[in-house]
Amino acid sequence: MMTPPVQAHKPVQAHRVPERPKHWVRLDSSVFWVFVGTVVLIILSFWSLDLQLARVLSLESLGRMGKFLAELLSPNLEPAFLSKLLRASLETLAMSAVGTMLATIFGLLLAVPASRSFIGDPARWRFLTRLLLNALRAIPELVWAALLLISAGLGPFAGTLALALHTTGVLGRLFAESIENAPQNAATALRVQGVGEGRVFLYATLPTVSPQLMSYALYRWENNIRAAAVLGVVGGGGLGQMLSFHMGLFQMQETSSILAAMILLVILVDTFSYFARRLLSR
Amino acid sequence: MINNPSLRDPAWSRRVFWFFVACVILWPALVSTEFRPWVFFETENLKVTTRFLAEFFPPSLSPEFLALVAREAWRTVAIATAGTFLALLFAIPLTLLSTTVLSVSSLSGRMRALPFVVRQLIRWLLIFLRSVPELIWALVFVRVVGLGPAAGVLAIALTYAGMLGKVYGEILESGEREPATALLRNGAGRIQTFFFSILPGNATELTSYTIYRWECAIRASTVLGFVGAGGLGQQMDNSMRMFNGSEVATMLIVFIMLVGLADLLSTWMRRALQ
Repeated sequence: MMTPPVQAHKPVQAHRVPERPKHWVRLDSSVFWVFVGTVVLIILSFWSLDLQLARVLSLESLGRMGKFLAELLSPNLEPAFLSKLLRASLETLAMSAVGTMLATIFGLLLAVPASRSFIGDPARWRFLTRLLLNALRAIPELVWAALLLISAGLGPFAGTLALALHTTGVLGRLFAESIENAPQNAATALRVQGVGEGRVFLYATLPTVSPQLMSYALYRWENNIRAAAVLGVVGGGGLGQMLSFHMGLFQMQETSSILAAMILLVILVDTFSYFARRLLSR
Repeated sequence: MINNPSLRDPAWSRRVFWFFVACVILWPALVSTEFRPWVFFETENLKVTTRFLAEFFPPSLSPEFLALVAREAWRTVAIATAGTFLALLFAIPLTLLSTTVLSVSSLSGRMRALPFVVRQLIRWLLIFLRSVPELIWALVFVRVVGLGPAAGVLAIALTYAGMLGKVYGEILESGEREPATALLRNGAGRIQTFFFSILPGNATELTSYTIYRWECAIRASTVLGFVGAGGLGQQMDNSMRMFNGSEVATMLIVFIMLVGLADLLSTWMRRALQ
């Protein structure tokens, strides 16, 4: 005989226990479709790319990889070469700094027409300027650099301008957002006194948002140092140009030193900005 | 006029001082970047530039070229997707090995020495993978496995494994630790703890970050083509070398559309997961 179930200890349910899904195939769930879509995309990608993984992972190619890595372990440390490396690193730093500075100036100039500064502001140029900013932003630094090489020639100048153009798009957009979201108190106070829009911007809006603009600009500078190190590969000066030059000549010792310098630069910048942010947020 | 107090700038001397300081810092930077805007207006450069830009309009729209661009655009997406997927495969075990949430010895006091060293080593590996930009990895792999999409896929896989591994670790460690600790204290294995407390607790955030990285990978894979890793970038490089403005214009438009589309798709997917 079965004993009747004990009724006394019915647990008090604090939370509603969610119902367990019946199947994992649920045609009405968007998560399910995102999952299916992702799997299909991954399979199609591998299928269409013809990666020849067998060849890539073959013993011969692994051997070549090993040899390559072994060659990288003996960097060129001659003082003459190191001083050249230092100069290229400084050039990379200068490119990123000048590029970011130009982008901050032009980004601010474009952010003003790209923002609706008060309710009822017609902001006639908002759409067009935003379109321009989006186009500047959508094209990566490296593509800008390759385009600019045609008119500015090889060298750090093309790289600097490429950084400036892409970053103008990024910063202009961010600046416009922060101008639009800025607290309006000071601006309204000036506006009701009959102060013109130009002076309202200079004396109320800009001081309100400038700390935020500065932190955006610094953040982009950090990104641009990494970007500047790479730009040279297409001929835009700095460490990258040195790298593609020596790698093209199969001078592995020099290549190894340059790679080390690049990694060091990136890690230095990361560490610096980490501590700077911790200091600022305190 | 200058004596009128309402027109006097109290910060005048400070402004002048900082202006000169900025100039002194800026000068060597401008010299070092060979900042000479007037090169644009030298007659020779101006002629080349105007001819190149004049060709931008109309963009090349011949059917066979469009078919080529469509194929290369798909390859760009495929390189990004395959690269991100491989990065995910590398990043998951590295995260599991390096996260402190799954540490058994730190449940009671400090972590033991060996696990600490292993975790630290993996962290350094992740930092190294991430510090080398994907373009440099691509240059290296083009040398090792030859021109073609394989170099691009591997480059994205390695760099993004570093990025994903690091951020996954941060997500896991900033989330709620109590459920995981409770399971571990009661004798659950690490894998069980991962699947039954850590993964369910952080799945949305992890997926959302992965999708965001996929979007970044699409941008990156276009650029990788410039060093010979296949896709839209390689085609763009070819057309630029031949100064073919109309083809470059078409590809720039396609590229902007592609990035915009990836942006939309990734926003939509992340919203669908909420």
